Amino acid sequence: MSRIKLATIWLDGCSGCHMSLLDLDEGLLSLAQHCDLVYSPLVDATEFPEGVDVALVEGAVSSQEDLARLKTVRARSRVLVALGDCATTGNVPAMRNVYPVARILQRVYVEGADVPVIPSAGVPPLLPQARPPREFVPVDVHLPGCPPKPQAILGVLQDLLQGRLPKLAEVQFG
Amino acid sequence: MIQKTRSISIRIEGVLVPTREGTTILQAAREAGHTIPTLCHMDGLPDVGACRLCIVEVGGSGRLVPACTTPVQEGLSVTINSPRLAAYRRLILELLLAERNHVCAVCVANRHCELQALAASQGVTSVRFPYRYPAMPVDLSQERYVIDHNRCILCSRCVRVCAEVEGAHVWDIMGRGIHSRVISEMDQPWAEASSCTHCGKCVQACPTGAMAEKGRAVEEMVKRTDAVALAASRKGARL
Repeated sequence: MSRIKLATIWLDGCSGCHMSLLDLDEGLLSLAQHCDLVYSPLVDATEFPEGVDVALVEGAVSSQEDLARLKTVRARSRVLVALGDCATTGNVPAMRNVYPVARILQRVYVEGADVPVIPSAGVPPLLPQARPPREFVPVDVHLPGCPPKPQAILGVLQDLLQGRLPKLAEVQFG
Repeated sequence: MIQKTRSISIRIEGVLVPTREGTTILQAAREAGHTIPTLCHMDGLPDVGACRLCIVEVGGSGRLVPACTTPVQEGLSVTINSPRLAAYRRLILELLLAERNHVCAVCVANRHCELQALAASQGVTSVRFPYRYPAMPVDLSQERYVIDHNRCILCSRCVRVCAEVEGAHVWDIMGRGIHSRVISEMDQPWAEASSCTHCGKCVQACPTGAMAEKGRAVEEMVKRTDAVALAASRKGARL
């Protein structure tokens, strides 16, 4: 088994899926024997590298920045895994989808704030709706769950390490 | 005069199974120990074939029929499991999930939901259609219960249990196709439905989080479907 380049990315989610990955505890040690974590919120790399073998994507695509990052991940990764419900169904971030963006910003930053300012500098513009990655780029594996169980994440990574398409038995939304 | 039902034989997955005239394919298959996935079926209630999850192949041509509403016939050959049926069942579940807002993670029925469990057992790990994310109403007017149309799959179990078991017929389905919606009486708020006896059978019969007891938080709404099905079966036996 050769070492694989693993990357993880966090779009519009709560980081719970990444916490679930960390919850593998000593399982991370066995993973570390076969993987190099080349990009992740958990490491220092600032740019998503070329030639990634497996990329785990947490979160829905909610902003123009999310979309640009997702496209980079897709272009530079061999296998893209949608990690968790936000990256599979839209989940909680998509609950805003029934309201227009302008209405949401008005409600949160004007009606709901002591100092009413709708931020524009340094924050990415929101897309009209938060939608799962598969509606923008091809996704190879979906691992639902809110969050997916640590052992389910390990199972998917082990299958991919050994060149198998993950079977995903007993995974469910929510 | 009570006529004795005639014993007949059908083939299920190639094996000869004895059954009775007037039985449905679903009943005959279950009595023979087979499992057919269902969603709109509830023991004791009349079947309507709303969800189509129980489709099976019959005859040599493999024609698709819903097992819950198709009566058995002498010599009928039924296939319950095939790659084609599995693909259709997954398709149905994906369409149900894409149609409204099933946000399992924050749903009162999370981990106690028949739609969620079926998606897991039928291998649905994602939906290949764009989600619709429609704006759906939530009726909180009733004192003890809530109806959340975001989670409704239009199985009509609430409609049937209220009409056939409680005898109140508060619920019905209004509109057509994608615009169909469960309504109380003449599309009034639930609290204003004077025929409602507040029995809660609709809530317990509902397979998802579309109907729930008030005050339940995420994962707390465990439905007593078996109790309602038992009451329905007893009522059916009396009639």
